[in-house]
Amino acid sequence: MFFNKLKQIIFGITAFSLLIISEAALADYMNVLNLTEGVTPTSKMVYGLHMQILYIVTAIGVVVFSVMCWSIYHHRKSKGAVAEQFHHSTTAEITWTIIPIIILVVMAIPATKALVFMEQTGDAEMTIKVTGYQWKWKYDYLDDDISFFSSMSKDSNDARQLGSGIDPKTIENYLLDVDNRVVLPINTKIRILTTAADVIHDWWVPALGWKRDAIPGFINDNWTYIEEPGVYRGKCAELCGRDHAFMPIVVEAVPKAEYAVWVEEQKTMQLAAAEGAEREWTKDELLEKGKDVYAANCTACHMAEGQGVEGLFPALSGSAIVNNTDASEMIMLILNGKNMMPAFKDILNDADIAAAMTHERNSWGNTVKDVIQPSDVKAMR
Amino acid sequence: MSEAVIHDDHHDHKPSGIGRWLFSTNHKDIGTMYLVFALIMFFVGGAMSMVIRAELFQPGIQYVDPQFYNSMVTVHALVMIFGALMPAGVGLANWMVPLMIGAPDMALPRMNNMSFWILPFAFTLLLSTFFMQGGAPAGGWTMYPPLVLQLGDGFPYLVFAVHFLGISSIMGAINIIATVFNMRAPGMTFMRLPLFVWAWIITAFLLIAAMPVLAGGVTMLLTDKYFGTAFFDAAGGGDPVMFQHIFWFFGHPEVYILVLPSFGVISQIIPTFSRKPLFGYTSMVYATASIAFLSFFVWAHHMFTVGMPLTGELFFMYATMSIAVPTGVKIFNWMATMWRGSMTFETPMLFAIGVLFMFSIGGFSGLMMGITPVDFQYHDTYFIVAHFHYVIVPGIIFGIIGGIYFWLPKWTGNMYDEKLGKLHFWISTISVNVLFFPMHFIGLAGMPRRIPDYSVQFADWNSIISIGGFVFGASQLILVWVVIKCVRGGEKATDQVWEGAHGLEWTLPSPPPFHTFTTPPKVTDATAHS
Ligand code: HEM
Ligand SMILES: [Cu+2]
Ligand SMILES: [Cu+2]
Repeated sequence: MFFNKLKQIIFGITAFSLLIISEAALADYMNVLNLTEGVTPTSKMVYGLHMQILYIVTAIGVVVFSVMCWSIYHHRKSKGAVAEQFHHSTTAEITWTIIPIIILVVMAIPATKALVFMEQTGDAEMTIKVTGYQWKWKYDYLDDDISFFSSMSKDSNDARQLGSGIDPKTIENYLLDVDNRVVLPINTKIRILTTAADVIHDWWVPALGWKRDAIPGFINDNWTYIEEPGVYRGKCAELCGRDHAFMPIVVEAVPKAEYAVWVEEQKTMQLAAAEGAEREWTKDELLEKGKDVYAANCTACHMAEGQGVEGLFPALSGSAIVNNTDASEMIMLILNGKNMMPAFKDILNDADIAAAMTHERNSWGNTVKDVIQPSDVKAMR
Repeated sequence: MSEAVIHDDHHDHKPSGIGRWLFSTNHKDIGTMYLVFALIMFFVGGAMSMVIRAELFQPGIQYVDPQFYNSMVTVHALVMIFGALMPAGVGLANWMVPLMIGAPDMALPRMNNMSFWILPFAFTLLLSTFFMQGGAPAGGWTMYPPLVLQLGDGFPYLVFAVHFLGISSIMGAINIIATVFNMRAPGMTFMRLPLFVWAWIITAFLLIAAMPVLAGGVTMLLTDKYFGTAFFDAAGGGDPVMFQHIFWFFGHPEVYILVLPSFGVISQIIPTFSRKPLFGYTSMVYATASIAFLSFFVWAHHMFTVGMPLTGELFFMYATMSIAVPTGVKIFNWMATMWRGSMTFETPMLFAIGVLFMFSIGGFSGLMMGITPVDFQYHDTYFIVAHFHYVIVPGIIFGIIGGIYFWLPKWTGNMYDEKLGKLHFWISTISVNVLFFPMHFIGLAGMPRRIPDYSVQFADWNSIISIGGFVFGASQLILVWVVIKCVRGGEKATDQVWEGAHGLEWTLPSPPPFHTFTTPPKVTDATAHS
């Protein structure tokens, strides 16, 4: 009676699983099986090494498991096997100590070579610095004075909210797209420094063939040499708090000439932004900009309507600090952070902070409704 | 049955009521309490993994806030490791070590009581953090700063829970060492000890060496957070990576603390059901000891990506690879024990064979991750989640479950339901592979670990993995059912229980009286285990 029921349940589950499998094209599974070969000398070396070890352990597995299965089949009591009573053999024991040692040495030699190759970070033609923040990346092009943040794109961010009702499958590159891509030249030895501003993150683009921790207070150096133009996507690989899953990396590798054009564009844009921070802004300008700054930097914790997350992140709607007519406490808090709140002094410029504050003080039923100017923020730095 | 035992039966008076358990100094009752506690924690931790798998069933966030998801991942690991696996191992030791070496009880019975009763207290501290401002720990069971320092009011509770768990483990370890060193029956020399006892002596030394290191590490976290020190804060001259060195200096031996008792169990089961003595007893003891020794020199393979100097990376790569040698010796010895035996496949043997196959799979991926340049790709992906779940679930947990089926008739005096046991084995084995094998694929294809949501190419495998998870979780209820059924009755077990069983524990009645071996038995080569 019970067993029949159980059989039914097992049958049901199997049928259900098969349904799911057949629904998705088999090709989908085949793409999601193995390490990428990547586009750098390092990644290709690593891929080769991976396949080599995989074959070795598979071969060992086949031999060991076959012997076990053979023994399980033939040396069973039900087949009339009578137990022998031997309990050691020096020859056998030496053999199965020596053979694994030989296999390990064979594996260690190419692994050592690869590691030595990967650690040669010298004579790079250019250097970028990657800084991990909760939960975005900052890129500094040290040779060109370019610097920007890169956060997950808005469509992914909307879709990933709890109960958003948006089907991730309708979003292109769900969780793998950013607002500002890291543009890099191909066929160039690039030094990539990783560090972090708050907690430990880990910068990982599989196609480059490595990942490296980004540790606050320390700088790790790495290098890459991309051989093919293309867009290569990656993610933070070290748990860094609530939105660890939502700080993707997009590297766009372009020919050198195209890269030079991009560098010039970036420089002009940054000049314009710096000028903006100096002048007096109108309330409407601030409110408009503030909305975007808030969405990109604050919603992750304080949520779209300033309602916060119960027990974790305070609401800004109705907050005493936000509604204080003296704005200085609020400016200090944003500049310097507090507990889980990051310090924004190196993330946002004066205009960004002034805009975000103006937006917050004029929204969600907050009562002060005043205007904060970039100069107010500057005065508190 | 020896004379001493018959004499024991005579005044087999158990204390009654709740006091029997609260004030117990009896190794059998304390062993039972440890095992029941472990089982409860197994389901508490299991419930958390069900939340994880439900959230990961589809892309997008359906059920829980990412912060709560991180708490699930973190507390699942802490509960399983410190609440289920370690207490289960200690429970088996409490029950079996005195019976196997012919001792009347543990050497330090009151300390035994205390080391158990600390556990529910410590887990109350830990689990109460769910109701606190800032929530439960969410920085991973590895507790890396600076992230872990962002935890709210729950932080000191986490630290003190770890302290208490450490104290409990150390007391348990001291007790086992004191018992085995001082209370062996005449003739029970060290090289006659059953391998389960050997495995536990070595584990106990590992515990004493490793747990204080963890306690020191979390204390430094505590002072960093509340007393202005900067051990792990670069701004104050400290180093966040130093915590990782401290943690893994504990953490890698810890994985052997978990696995060695399970190895000990299957070293008892395989000879019994092969009806043949254990192959290579001496090399088994030495292999176990060398694994334990080497385990203190490989910790940094958990941190290859922090940016160590080349020589450090090479050292830890070679050291990690070398552990494969003694591990291989153990696997080959178990195979040679089965070879030319006369095997039967009762449930304990099925679980032991499951360990041989599936622990090996975890060993293979472990070896792959030990190769530093490739680990740069594997690290912190689902590949490593696959690795440690293979060694922990069908490696360690199957070993413990095998031990439970193996000794249950001895403990209760009744045979368990063999049909249900086999059903439990087969459903568990199939589902555990559906659950963990595809994790290798998604890990290699680039899915990071500890994320509540993933990009859509991983969706199909994740659904399959979740189904495997739900079936595996549900099938563990069969174990509970088998145990309850067996405690309540069933076919009476003989003293020897299993045809091929040898050793002192099988000379006692099933169930053994409350006090056993009050007069020590005499052990000769013929009556010894191996
Ligand atoms: C031949 C045996 C083994 C080798 C060579 C090995 C190797 C490794 C390596 C290199 C890692 C780090 C992977 C990474 O982070 O990228 C790792 C992680 C891990 N291993 Fe093993 N391992 C072995 C056996 C075991 C056993 C027996 C256990 C458990 C009893 C175990 C449990 C773990 C755990 C829990 C982690 C993950 C820790 C974390 O990052 O949270 N391993 N192993
Ligand atoms: Cu992260
Ligand atoms: Cu390890």
